[in-house]
Amino acid sequence: MGRKLLLEHINVPGINTFDVYRSKGGYASVEKALKTLSPDDVVEEVKKSGLRGRGGAGFPTGMKWSFLAKPEGVPRYLVCNGDESEPGTFKDRYLMTHIPHLLIEGMIVASYALGAKTSYIYLRGEMMPQIRILEKAISEAKNAGFLGKNILGTGYDLELYVQPGGGAYICGEETALLESLEGKRGNPRIKPPFPAIAGLYGCPTVVNNVESIAAVVPIINEGGEEYAKIGIGRSTGTKLISAGGNLKRPGVYEIELGVSVEDFIYGDDYCQGIANGKRLKAVVAGGSSVPILPANLILKTINNENRLMSYESLADGGFATGTMLGSGGFIAYDEDQCIVRNTWNFARFYHHESCGQCSPCREGTGWMEKVLHRLEYGHGKMSDMDLLVDVSKKIEGNTICPLGDAAAWPVASAIRHFRDEFEWHVTNPSIALTSNYGLANYADPLPKLEAAEA
Amino acid sequence: MKVTIDNISIEVEAGTTILNAARMIGGDIVPPAMCYYSKLQGSGGKCRTCLVKVSQGSEKDPRPMPKLVASCRTTVMDGMVVQNITSPEVIEARKGVVEMLLINHPLDCPVCDQAGECHLQDLGYEHGAAKTRYEFDRRTFEKIDIGDKIQLHMTRCILCYRCVFTADQITDHRIHGILNRGDHSEISTYIQKAVDNDFSGNVIDVCPVGALTDKTFRFKNRVWFTKPVEAHRDCETEGCCGKVTLWYKGEDVIRVTGRKDEYGEVEEFICNTCRFDKKKTADWVIEGPRKVSNKSVISSNHYETLKPLPVVKTNPLLQEANKEQFERETRL
Repeated sequence: MGRKLLLEHINVPGINTFDVYRSKGGYASVEKALKTLSPDDVVEEVKKSGLRGRGGAGFPTGMKWSFLAKPEGVPRYLVCNGDESEPGTFKDRYLMTHIPHLLIEGMIVASYALGAKTSYIYLRGEMMPQIRILEKAISEAKNAGFLGKNILGTGYDLELYVQPGGGAYICGEETALLESLEGKRGNPRIKPPFPAIAGLYGCPTVVNNVESIAAVVPIINEGGEEYAKIGIGRSTGTKLISAGGNLKRPGVYEIELGVSVEDFIYGDDYCQGIANGKRLKAVVAGGSSVPILPANLILKTINNENRLMSYESLADGGFATGTMLGSGGFIAYDEDQCIVRNTWNFARFYHHESCGQCSPCREGTGWMEKVLHRLEYGHGKMSDMDLLVDVSKKIEGNTICPLGDAAAWPVASAIRHFRDEFEWHVTNPSIALTSNYGLANYADPLPKLEAAEA
Repeated sequence: MKVTIDNISIEVEAGTTILNAARMIGGDIVPPAMCYYSKLQGSGGKCRTCLVKVSQGSEKDPRPMPKLVASCRTTVMDGMVVQNITSPEVIEARKGVVEMLLINHPLDCPVCDQAGECHLQDLGYEHGAAKTRYEFDRRTFEKIDIGDKIQLHMTRCILCYRCVFTADQITDHRIHGILNRGDHSEISTYIQKAVDNDFSGNVIDVCPVGALTDKTFRFKNRVWFTKPVEAHRDCETEGCCGKVTLWYKGEDVIRVTGRKDEYGEVEEFICNTCRFDKKKTADWVIEGPRKVSNKSVISSNHYETLKPLPVVKTNPLLQEANKEQFERETRL
């Protein structure tokens, strides 16, 4: 079992309170950063660590911080994106529920690095218990002198606020989040300008995922170079994976990036295989918006190498045979799950959550949902598959924000890899209503290169 | 700054958008725009019909942009190279957008007041396929009256947000906006109140489709049976320019609108008095007949000699591209 950095003390009773957290070495990074490092040093450490954004896109966090514009006399903001609403992802909620001070500690260090005097934690509106937990933790930290005016006598001031979200998936998109935080309708803004130049209230702003901010704590404690030694290649450090679906032991796991997928699914330290002795059929590796892969392609890459849990290895093969690490929402499907129904369910979600600003996403997501509904309920046609691929192509890349892409990828990939199951739904509509297609050949060893690429 | 659009170069000021640079060149290379309106601050970027390909970012950084960009909201860089109708990728994407826009748009052109001057109709004619691939129910709404002179027919709306920006611009508080989300979004006023403002009628002019219509003109006539005439009057309303287009049917003025340019944008806003109340020739000083493009259905009643369609400039490359596009479209 690999090293744990974020969830090291997760089983200590009372770790959610300030005193226990502090006695386990908590807030050491705040002392270290504020007393011995300059803000630029902190940014430099994060850059050295190679930390990549944990929210889904995997953009290097240090680089994002260094892009922040620093004009004189204009406040800068740090906003923590806790609007975790992707189907399959629940790692941030777990972190905030059980070890809230880790996030607050990370917020203080990150705000110090960016020179922010006011920072916000934007939480999904449905996470009311977590909002209360965080507010309690903030007041504890404030009483201990880690927040407020003149923190630890260093002259650095920071106020931290928790903001409940507006109840929409789209508010997790960074510019929509800023709009919502400003009290407006949560519609994504048109970029450029990027938030690093004009974000919250028109001021330079950095928006980071909960886990990215929490990961700053071990980076400062141990140093960026030490952190970079964990993991593999450009995927450094540890990552929280929320494993769900038909697994024997689902839950949130902290893994060192570079664990093989096979080990993660079947290993004793992790998910311990598929529940009820069934066989694995498919995996969505990083939350509902990443391409779905059949069992054979998730365990091995197209070149027959072991696939690893890392940004690069999961993306190996591009969109033809690869997927993405995304936000770490690992969903496993056993042989009795219907991919058509799953795809319809995802499409239904994106249709419901599209903000309706730009036309391809607003109209296209609804269209895809209706076609998939028809396929699932036995009224499909053979031409529907090509229609879906075509519609998804017309959405992808043509929208303001990535929601369009997120809606298009699962549909396109499901048809790419599971076309025969879709066709079976068309040819056997009445059987498809009561039973499922089964495992078929989705777990077979990979065929020769040409066949798999088709 | 020098920018090249479809092989035509032009010098523009810094901060100009690609769309406006293209409009300075003019002709067929101007991307269509359903939501962008130069007189409305913040508009644009939503409909995605103006997508173009940037094949060279700038002189300094010649990398192409990874995705197609909305030309109405992307500013030019020095040495930028843009492809609009010369890029098959752009044509394909635009076709896709037009198809999406038409998914929930009723095909009630035969009874729609906007027919003949509708941008979506033009766009559908240029890019749309002859048949729809959408086989499900379209969303429908009840008609809503916004005051006694304006009717909102939400079923036809393509959610361009132009009227929302207009309302924001003419009033100091939010009275008109969007309810709900996704494809069930709808335009609405604050608890169905009227937009009570001297300039509220301008939402009719900015609407690219027939979703907002003039109740004093509704179902009176087809635009191609009317004759547009430019006119003006001294209007007492503060902020009203008084410059309008009168639409005649025989002796009667049956409609008054703002004076629109070739992209369907009004030069200046007019007040509701000019628009709804002054419908006698005696109220106006006539300037002369309005020039109507010979491509427009409105000119079909004007008995002018038909000239060959104006072809963009004398650029052989562009002519070649036009030919290609024409062939691509007529192959359907």
